[in-house]
Amino acid sequence: MEFLLSSAIGLLTAAGVYLILRARTYPVVLGLALLSYATNLFLFATGRLVLDRPPVISALANGYTDPLPQALVLTAIVISFGMTAVIVVMALRSYLENGSDHVDGETHSEDRS
Amino acid sequence: MSLALIVILPFLGAILPALMIRAGRNACATSTFTVTLLAFLLLMTHAPAVFRGEIVQIRWEWVPQLGLNVNFFLDGLGFFFAGLILGIGLLIITYARFYLAKEDPMGSFYSYLLLFQGAMVGIVLSDNILLLLIFWELTSLSSFLLIGYWKHLPEGRQGARMALTVTGAGGLSMIAGMLILGNIAGSYDLSVILQHKEAIQASPLYLPALLLILGGCFTKSAQFPFHFWLPHAMAAPTPVSAYLHSATMVKAGLFLMARLWPVLAGTDEWFYLVATTGLITMVIGAWIALFKDDLKGLLAFSTVSHLGLITFLLGLGSPMAAVAAVFHILNHATFKAALFMNAGIVDHETGTRDIRKLGGLMALMPISGTLAMIAAASMAGVPLLNGFLSKEMMLEEAAHTAWLGHDWLIPALATLGATFSVAYSFRYIVHVWFGKPAGETPRHPHDPPFGMWGPPALLVVLVVLIGLFPAAIAGPLVATVAGAVIGGPLPDYHLAIWHGLTPALGMSAVAVVVGLSLLMAYTRVRRGWAAGPHPEAKAIFQGTLAAAVRLAQFITHGLHNGSLQRHLAFTVGAAVVVGFAAFTAATHAPGNRELLPATPVAVVVWSLLVGATLAVVFLHRQRLTALIAIGVVGMVVSLTFVYLSAPDLALTQISVEVVTVILILLALNFLPKETPSESTTGRRLRDGIIAALAGIGVGGAAWAMTTRNAETLSGYYLEQSVPGGGGTNVVNVILVDFRGFDTFGEIIVLGIAALVIYALLDGATHGAVGRKLAAWAPDQKRAADRHPLMLVVATRVMLPLALMVGAFIFLRGHNVPGGGFIAGLVVAIALIMQYMASGYSWAAQRMKVDYHVLIGSGVLIAAATGIVSWLAEHPFLTSTFGHFHLPIIGEFELASAMAFDTGVFLTVIGATMMALSNLSRIGCLAESLPLQEAPMEPDLRNANEKAREH
Repeated sequence: MEFLLSSAIGLLTAAGVYLILRARTYPVVLGLALLSYATNLFLFATGRLVLDRPPVISALANGYTDPLPQALVLTAIVISFGMTAVIVVMALRSYLENGSDHVDGETHSEDRS
Repeated sequence: MSLALIVILPFLGAILPALMIRAGRNACATSTFTVTLLAFLLLMTHAPAVFRGEIVQIRWEWVPQLGLNVNFFLDGLGFFFAGLILGIGLLIITYARFYLAKEDPMGSFYSYLLLFQGAMVGIVLSDNILLLLIFWELTSLSSFLLIGYWKHLPEGRQGARMALTVTGAGGLSMIAGMLILGNIAGSYDLSVILQHKEAIQASPLYLPALLLILGGCFTKSAQFPFHFWLPHAMAAPTPVSAYLHSATMVKAGLFLMARLWPVLAGTDEWFYLVATTGLITMVIGAWIALFKDDLKGLLAFSTVSHLGLITFLLGLGSPMAAVAAVFHILNHATFKAALFMNAGIVDHETGTRDIRKLGGLMALMPISGTLAMIAAASMAGVPLLNGFLSKEMMLEEAAHTAWLGHDWLIPALATLGATFSVAYSFRYIVHVWFGKPAGETPRHPHDPPFGMWGPPALLVVLVVLIGLFPAAIAGPLVATVAGAVIGGPLPDYHLAIWHGLTPALGMSAVAVVVGLSLLMAYTRVRRGWAAGPHPEAKAIFQGTLAAAVRLAQFITHGLHNGSLQRHLAFTVGAAVVVGFAAFTAATHAPGNRELLPATPVAVVVWSLLVGATLAVVFLHRQRLTALIAIGVVGMVVSLTFVYLSAPDLALTQISVEVVTVILILLALNFLPKETPSESTTGRRLRDGIIAALAGIGVGGAAWAMTTRNAETLSGYYLEQSVPGGGGTNVVNVILVDFRGFDTFGEIIVLGIAALVIYALLDGATHGAVGRKLAAWAPDQKRAADRHPLMLVVATRVMLPLALMVGAFIFLRGHNVPGGGFIAGLVVAIALIMQYMASGYSWAAQRMKVDYHVLIGSGVLIAAATGIVSWLAEHPFLTSTFGHFHLPIIGEFELASAMAFDTGVFLTVIGATMMALSNLSRIGCLAESLPLQEAPMEPDLRNANEKAREH
């Protein structure tokens, strides 16, 4: 299970990094979204992987997983939504202003980048 | 207390001149004078104690963990320097009142002057070297303001910048040196450091510390080869030059060398570094001064030379030389301040400072001329004046000091320096005041008002009195100060005019004779000088600066030329390199945690994620397809959270997923639906490699982490959740209670993000972009059925239910999965469904709540919850809870954290709705739709088009 999660985090990171290096705003938005998933999962995994022990106190429970990474990730999810929204709107505004959705606001030859 | 007040007064008083200038120039100068006088009188109240040999102290702890304390102490040395700074300050303030022209802003001049004065007094009274460093930097900054006071003069700005660069760089070196010194001594308190001579000099770090500290002292005191900034600082108004370069700023370096003399001096390193530098500076400064045609330039290089002389004396390391150094500091301050003010008078009266254009002024300005003659003669070292006495002591010390076994070298160089000194001093007298009368000066000169010649006259009186009765006038002061410098018993000496036929007297005689003959043959000497090379310090300095800027630009523009792709590639690449370097540099054992089995379901879900992620990457050009694929990734992440005991995260992730997809869809309404293929294969390969390495690194780190056990502090939260926070859902209790302050910060960030979105989108409705939007042509065909009947009906029926679910999730959040974040998202989705189904106008008309207000009130409610705990004298955001009984409903629990969660809830709704509804509004604008009151109306435009097609 640990291998599945770690490899998934690695794959999400690689895909995210590849996409944020693209020249248009839309893939960059997708790349950032993938990187958010990867980061949130990574942070979550700092509490280690535990099955069927949610951190809800109860007399029947026979143990709990680490609640702190979950609390951190919960706010991180909401904040990364806020940031994705800002990036999307920036991409939109930039496209409306420049008539191009290139990340530098204008299309230019690749030798500069 | 009064000790700290001496330092604080000038800083506090700095505001006065800026205010008093409204009441006139006299009020402005008087207020400055009064502040300085108060500080001076306060200082004088300590005089009896200081002369008794006591040390006055005051100590406050500031940041004791760092060893940074506000400790001041006053001994002979500090008293002497503080007296010079404040005493000469009083004269300068008076002089400047008459010197400054009507158009010069006097208020800011006096404010800067007081800031500088406070910083200088701070240096000389600090008992803590960290505190001293702060004041040291403050003098660099405030002197920058003073030197660049005439902002309209390029020379002034360049001179100020050069002074700041050189002394600021020295200050950095000084910080490093002082930290080492404090480390060796085990304390940053000077009074402690001064007790550790043996430990410091035996330390292997003694030489680095010495070099770094001397770096600061030499730059500040304009020692060779850092002397070049001082002459350029002469672009300042003359009162500034007189103040900074006679008594204060340039003496700060000397002060520090004297202050640390007991622990640093006496070694070979000290002697060869300090004495040699001082001697070279003395000779070179005097030599250049002889050929300066600008009066202030001559005085500037003369100052460099005299600072070299004092440095040389301190460098000798013998108590007798230290006494001579102290005495010469006093004498130099008196005659040099007088001469600077005199040069200012000449400039003020004739309109020029060029010696070649001056001459014969004695007849026109007898008072100023007489004062100049006496002060310059003292600078030359003519007997019966104070300059003679200390110069004699210097020559006496030089006469029996050998340098690397050569006992003739130092006496010869010292005599040479003295010779040039005689020559330029008499040049100041002869070429300005005697000889051919100056006919061509821009103004007709006459003696200035008393306010301008009074201050230098007072100093000249001191020059003569000390010269005639050294033991009576200066004796006690010199003894006290020298005692403080040496930190031990004073050597056997007496300040007197006649010491018999000593070698020093012979050297003096040689200097006077040769110096005067140099002046006689000045034209020829000058021709010889003109033939030699003259490295122009300013050009070298500016060349070096320009080269540094070019290098910085090369690196910066190489890394970041405005292309986001290149910038991100470097950023990620650097992280990859650092990460792998750290990984390969360490040793690693395999993890020892018992692993979970990979169930078949998990493998299937994992494959789904891999497939969807690859689809996003490979299909990212088809933007809608990629959006669907990324939605699948989000679903799998939510499932992962469900499976791995994180129900709250799963709920949050799934609701965020929904709003994110809606958001991107709304944006895609405008953005192109496809990405052009424009990257070269090489570029894709490069990016692929970077991405793969980053993925391997992060995945490897995740693997390494999840296969190892770790101690966490979760036990505390699990134990305290119910008794301390009153809730069984530990994640929610952490969010709203234990780490409530974090959450408070996060909802503020969320609110700001929403406002940014509003600003970006609202700005898009006006101006050029607004017109572009209004003329928008959709690139895809619109459905004729704009508001599908089923959707409209279903969303309206669902709205109360969805709101109910939101309220339910919110209320139960403290004890079972749920809470403000998730409830906020659920309610936002319910509301946005109305926009989607029934159209923006219809929904917006019925939404009576302003989302700005929602965000603001959410943050305010959260803040108010925190502040209430102050009223109960608890820290911010301390929570409380209790159980209540209501008829019918029964027992229920109420926690103050619920109020906080309400703030979270409202902010999340407000922020989400703000983003989505504004995007829809833009969409509406672009489609130029008539306001549709009835949501189920067919879209007539398309219907008409269809009708035409038929």
